[in-house]
Amino acid sequence: CALHRGAPSCGSSARLTAPTCVLLLLLFAFVSVASASRDDAPGGNNETGRAPPEDSHHHHQQTNSSTHHKKAFPVLSFNYEHVRQPFEISLWILLALLMKLGFHIIPRVSNVVPESCLLIVVGLLIGGIIKAIGEKAPMLDSKLFFLYLLPPIILDAGYFLPIRPFTENMGTILVFAVVGTLWNTFFVGGMMYAVCQIEGAQLGGVDLLSCLLFGSIISAVDPVAVLAVFEEIHINELLHILVFGESLLNDAVTVVLYHLFEEFSHADTVTVGDALLGVVCFFVVSLGGIMVGAIYGLLGAFTSRFTSHTRVIEPLFVFLYSYMAYLSAEVFHLSGIMSLIACGVMMRPYVEANISHKSYTTVKYFMKMWSSVSETLIFIFLGVSTVAGPHAWNWTFVIFTVILCLVSRVLGVIGLTYVINKFRIVKLTKKDQFIVAYGGLRGAIAFSLGFLLTNSQLKNMFLTAIITVIFFTVFVQGMTIRPLVELLAVKKKKESKRSINEEIHTQFLDHLLTGIEDICGHYGHHHWKDKLNRFNKAYVKRWLIAGERSTEPQLISFYNKMEMKQAMMLVESGSAAKLPAIVSSMQNIQPRGPARPRAIPSISKSREQEIRKILRANLQKTRQRLRSYSRHDLLIDPFEDGLSEVRFRRQRVEMERRMSHYLTVPANRQEIPSVRKVCFEPEHQVYTYDTDGESLRGRRASHSHPSASDAAGLVNESTRRPDQSGAAEPRPKAPDDQEDQDQLTLSRCLSDPGPNKDEEGGGSFLS
Amino acid sequence: MGALQSLHGRPEYLDLAEKTGFSFEQIRVLHERFKQLSHNEETLRRSHFNEIPDLACNPIRAQIIEAFFDRRNYHQNGEGTVEEIGFEEFLVVMSHFRPPSLHMTEEQRENVRREKLRFVFNMHDTDNDGTITLEEYRHVVEELLSRSGALEKETAKSIADAAMLEVASISMGHMEPDEFYEGITFEHFLKLLDGFEIESRMNIRFLNMDTSTLCK
Repeated sequence: CALHRGAPSCGSSARLTAPTCVLLLLLFAFVSVASASRDDAPGGNNETGRAPPEDSHHHHQQTNSSTHHKKAFPVLSFNYEHVRQPFEISLWILLALLMKLGFHIIPRVSNVVPESCLLIVVGLLIGGIIKAIGEKAPMLDSKLFFLYLLPPIILDAGYFLPIRPFTENMGTILVFAVVGTLWNTFFVGGMMYAVCQIEGAQLGGVDLLSCLLFGSIISAVDPVAVLAVFEEIHINELLHILVFGESLLNDAVTVVLYHLFEEFSHADTVTVGDALLGVVCFFVVSLGGIMVGAIYGLLGAFTSRFTSHTRVIEPLFVFLYSYMAYLSAEVFHLSGIMSLIACGVMMRPYVEANISHKSYTTVKYFMKMWSSVSETLIFIFLGVSTVAGPHAWNWTFVIFTVILCLVSRVLGVIGLTYVINKFRIVKLTKKDQFIVAYGGLRGAIAFSLGFLLTNSQLKNMFLTAIITVIFFTVFVQGMTIRPLVELLAVKKKKESKRSINEEIHTQFLDHLLTGIEDICGHYGHHHWKDKLNRFNKAYVKRWLIAGERSTEPQLISFYNKMEMKQAMMLVESGSAAKLPAIVSSMQNIQPRGPARPRAIPSISKSREQEIRKILRANLQKTRQRLRSYSRHDLLIDPFEDGLSEVRFRRQRVEMERRMSHYLTVPANRQEIPSVRKVCFEPEHQVYTYDTDGESLRGRRASHSHPSASDAAGLVNESTRRPDQSGAAEPRPKAPDDQEDQDQLTLSRCLSDPGPNKDEEGGGSFLS
Repeated sequence: MGALQSLHGRPEYLDLAEKTGFSFEQIRVLHERFKQLSHNEETLRRSHFNEIPDLACNPIRAQIIEAFFDRRNYHQNGEGTVEEIGFEEFLVVMSHFRPPSLHMTEEQRENVRREKLRFVFNMHDTDNDGTITLEEYRHVVEELLSRSGALEKETAKSIADAAMLEVASISMGHMEPDEFYEGITFEHFLKLLDGFEIESRMNIRFLNMDTSTLCK
């Protein structure tokens, strides 16, 4: 019966989804029984003071009335009221996640239909079941939505916002967001008013202001829906950031227009003064929101500077400051979304420089997790609310709304692109315009705003129309956008990962363009960006980034991150034997010196580099005997996951054997610093090597750099390594003698078991 | 004299417009700037460039200035450097930074790309031998990092080496230990920056130039 109705599965995978459905139904039944006496959504207003539960009351009565019966000690008792609220919330969330899990197990469906659609369908079914049982289904409460469900998604979007494309297209995005939304509002509002004047539609009671209010609710592109659909189609970065940026920034406009029309609809007359105040309000709302967010972002960055001793709570700072930014903005009716975005954007570069790698991973995963859960819950609730809510269906109104939304979006995009293209270097083609127009999805924000309306007679009609538009955009547009993207051959997202060459050239180009602008005397885009960067480096970074990371240029941090990732990949892959095939090696690119006969085969430089990295890691592992399990004092070992002591020791022995075969390992100084950087971040003070690393760096910095003379360097090297018969190819040497000494001894220890054992390298593993 | 159609500079502007693709207005503005930089002389020298204050904080200043005096940027087969340049050469170098026009065939777009990448290549290849050697690339990276406080020469070297390794693996695939990778040729450079979209990034908006905001 209900089981089969509720199962969204195809025949072959019925077996998989059947247990899920049974579970689902059981969970569901429980929830509905539990919600039997409740009127509102779980998590909505539930009373905090509870009446004493039924059974203990009953027991009291019993003991009071009959004193002769001695009540047996209750071995097992049932007290649901006690945990009702958290229980229900958890059950809903669990349900949502199980659904999400279910969809990914059924591959065929999830390829065709975007997840958001499936979730809404599930919501509809659940709503249907609840109604069939005869209970009142919970609605998507606006407070729940705006305070708990929306922030994680926006934070996730804002924190991981790709800054470069966003700022490069900022003008376009702002025009679409502000002008586009205004156009949509007035067009839809105005035309709907005209439609309402039609005789046969029974819509006479709808006045202009209500129509405009309706227009403002329905015209905003919704970030949740856009994210949900665009995540799956992987279009190129430009289009993604245009639509997505627009959906984020139009919040300010929506907030202002909504409040404006809401106020006006209660007032009798609207003057020009009021309209002007509206414009001022817009600036206050958006700029105020951004400022609030920026302040919290800076506070968060500043706090993260001092967290080197309490790494465990670092992620919490990120989340709490962001959430506070959102709530603070909401207090003043400023744009919470813009505040959240500003906070994330502001905080990110500094926080990432300060927090440990594990904290960074935690932040990333928690954000993705929360935003995923929120999104799932939102769509399910949307489905449930559709079934539950009071509807007032009016054919004319609804149909015209849908048509007008589409028309206004298309006209708006075309018109604005025409204007924008005059100012853009990379013009938007017709295909781009189509995708931007088609990607204007409406979602739960429109619904929640509609839900907040106070005028009850029109509210139902409006809500119905809003839901219809949402369904239309999510289902029809959401499902067809993927085949359309394929059909139109829209450029997809580049899959290649960032290479060091691209990074070098990005920076190079930035400086080049700034230079050319200066030569032209043109204070353009690049000039100001350069000024901002210099200001950032000179003042802001000093305050907000701990230690010496504050002076680290971007190229170096990029390089470090890359090396770190590579090394971690190597270590996690567990075995040194599986070194990734490095295609070319160092010696391929070194200038060739006079050819010398090689008596002993040597391993390629890059293999050697990798081996050294692993050896370093192992070295640290063995030193790291001390491990504390107290939460206050967690010693963080980046390479600890899943690697056992024994395996490492075995690997080490194997490596030593291999290394001892290769006597000729010419000192290649380029590798040493990268080895150092790979394992040790300055904040991991637990590593003893780190202090040596610091001191190495310190010593290097203290020496001046006389101009390198290759001849002297070469002489140096050959006198120190008389036993080396391999090719000692001339290489440009670092002039610093002290560092020569350190690095040579290091390399010597690794390469041949020579007499001079450095204390770090020698004893422990070449024993 | 403000009118575009003034007879004064028209014939020579026509010639330049054809050669570089700039509009008359743009040429006029740039000419103003040229005169300002050169203190109303006929030619520009390196010393004139050194007087621009904002340029002083640019880490790759030397290379940018050199690019103006490099004959390879004037026409296809030029070689060597000059000591002073006239307005025409100035304009030709600037024309490398023009945005591509909207309606371009694939072939034209490819040509624009090659031209811009050739410019950047010439900036890296300081000894004019047609390849960017490891030394030259190291120099590039060092210059980029030179303004950033502590000059970590080692790091610059590692970065340049890693980059070179990457180029080698992209262009040459697997190499025997005895093979030696000479340097980045122009073709390899093109392949390397294949996804870089330089034709849309290497542009200056000349359209909004307003001579009143010119810096000294």
